[in-house]
Amino acid sequence: MGRFIVIRLLQTVVALIGISLLIFVLARLSGDPTMLMRTPTTTEAEIVNIKQQLGLDKSQPEQYVIFVKNLFRGDLGESIIKRRPVTDMIGEALPNSLRLGITSFAVSMLLALLLGVLAATRRDTFLDNGVKFLAVLGQALPGFWVAILAIFVFSVYWHLLPTSGTGGPAHYVLPVGTLSFFLLPGMMRLVRSSMLDVLDSEYIKLARIKGLPERVVIWKHALRNALIAPLTTAGIIFANIITGAVILENVFNWPGVGRLSWEALVARDFPVVQGVTLLVAVLVLLVNLLVDILYAYIDPQIRYQQT
Amino acid sequence: MSGKGIEGSLRRAKIFQQLTLYIPAAVLALLVLAAIFAPFLAPYSPTKTALGQRLIPPFFIEGGSTAHLLGTDTLGRDILSRVIFGARVSLSVSLLVILITSTIGTVLGIIAGYLGGRTGTVLMRVTDVSLAFPAILIAILLAVVLGPSFKTVVLAISILGWAPYARLIRGEALRLREADFVAQARIIGSSPLRIMVRHIFPNIINPLIVIATLSVGLVILTEAALSYLGAGIPPTTPSWGAMVYDGRSLIDTAWWISLFPGMAIGLVVLSGNFLGDWLRDKLDPRLRQL
Repeated sequence: MGRFIVIRLLQTVVALIGISLLIFVLARLSGDPTMLMRTPTTTEAEIVNIKQQLGLDKSQPEQYVIFVKNLFRGDLGESIIKRRPVTDMIGEALPNSLRLGITSFAVSMLLALLLGVLAATRRDTFLDNGVKFLAVLGQALPGFWVAILAIFVFSVYWHLLPTSGTGGPAHYVLPVGTLSFFLLPGMMRLVRSSMLDVLDSEYIKLARIKGLPERVVIWKHALRNALIAPLTTAGIIFANIITGAVILENVFNWPGVGRLSWEALVARDFPVVQGVTLLVAVLVLLVNLLVDILYAYIDPQIRYQQT
Repeated sequence: MSGKGIEGSLRRAKIFQQLTLYIPAAVLALLVLAAIFAPFLAPYSPTKTALGQRLIPPFFIEGGSTAHLLGTDTLGRDILSRVIFGARVSLSVSLLVILITSTIGTVLGIIAGYLGGRTGTVLMRVTDVSLAFPAILIAILLAVVLGPSFKTVVLAISILGWAPYARLIRGEALRLREADFVAQARIIGSSPLRIMVRHIFPNIINPLIVIATLSVGLVILTEAALSYLGAGIPPTTPSWGAMVYDGRSLIDTAWWISLFPGMAIGLVVLSGNFLGDWLRDKLDPRLRQL
């Protein structure tokens, strides 16, 4: 197990270096940052001065080393538009994104478990078909569009909920509702198919023969084992949450990291976009590392295969 | 319900099965036709503004007319014409992306699966990371660096999009490597390259078609999201995602601006997914877990 964790850690570090290199190259591709700072009255001497300050007069490898050093100090540079450290801006936005993401994850996970198990135990009934229908829609409709329609129905037409922004619990209903609607199908399908596999197994038959109540067999014995397969896809679920948050934070004016990166996109504020991408890259790699380790812990076969 | 027990429900299942094939196929055929013949099908120019014709509702609403079947937007542009021209963006982006990603994914997948070893391990780790990375962020990053354009969108979606292909094709190649006909080819001295091209590749075409069809929907959804965010096709070209964005602040008065392009996206993606499911059941039922 120790060996496995070390190998995985090393792979994660290599991946991080790869991603930081990629982003560094992209940053240089975006052109000379001093071009964006230039005003009609800027003199050549000032430009040279700024280049020295930013370290742009050094060679490319040297610049990369400085870039990485700054990363380790938590310095992601300064927003070109807002003139503020990117770290501060992300620090303000991140808690909002986490609140949205975690709430949506919890809601969709609970629903996925409930609906997935019910669909698996009541195959080809009205409920099973309803769940499938919901999954089909959730996978096909564009998130931003459903969100706009939801605002129209619940906020504009019925005046039940606020249209956008943050505030009380009511502000959570629409963003969390729409984000969950898109997370749900994938999770639900996984729980359903994994449950179907487990329900077929011998130890479930044994549990039934022992005379355990069906409720205990399904919700305790079967579900516990059915959860292992969906665990491997936690990394992909995490990526889906981020994708959904980037889009929906915009529709609902939610001041999170997604909204921040969109504002930076519109303003062509490269350091901010770079900071957000790096942060997400690190998070993605860490989540996948954790999932791998957890999975290897649960299923020893994985450990031996990979080392 | 005329069905007598099993016979009736079987007949219903069969009708349902056929409907989930013909309707999606018809929708996708319509998409292709709309994209190719857009200038002939669209009643108006998709970009021509007519300020005297602003915000006309669709024909079935009071105040609407059959001159603009789906109404007009804030600049007086005909929604129906814009939806028809929008098919061009969705179709061309998805075709190009699928061509690029399936080629890269197939080559890497076959190499990782057939050759295996260290190369295979490294390739699969890269694939895993790519699978777990949110493409939308890469797309935003690229849009900032290169500026939003058709090329940027295709590049942004393709840059990670090959990973699902590589993952699936590797599994297939791994399985085929042990097949008798591959072993025989090896015994008579065929080179690894020849085996991969002549023996492995022809046998993975079915799963390749299935996953390519299933990914149409995802590509169109991603493209639409990017256009919505302003990181997609630049505004002068009509695209469905950007049209939904145009109408978002007018949703209480002129809901038709956002409603119809969104419906077009949903319908096309739904059709792609259904057709992919059908192909999978027909060509390669083993892939049902996808």
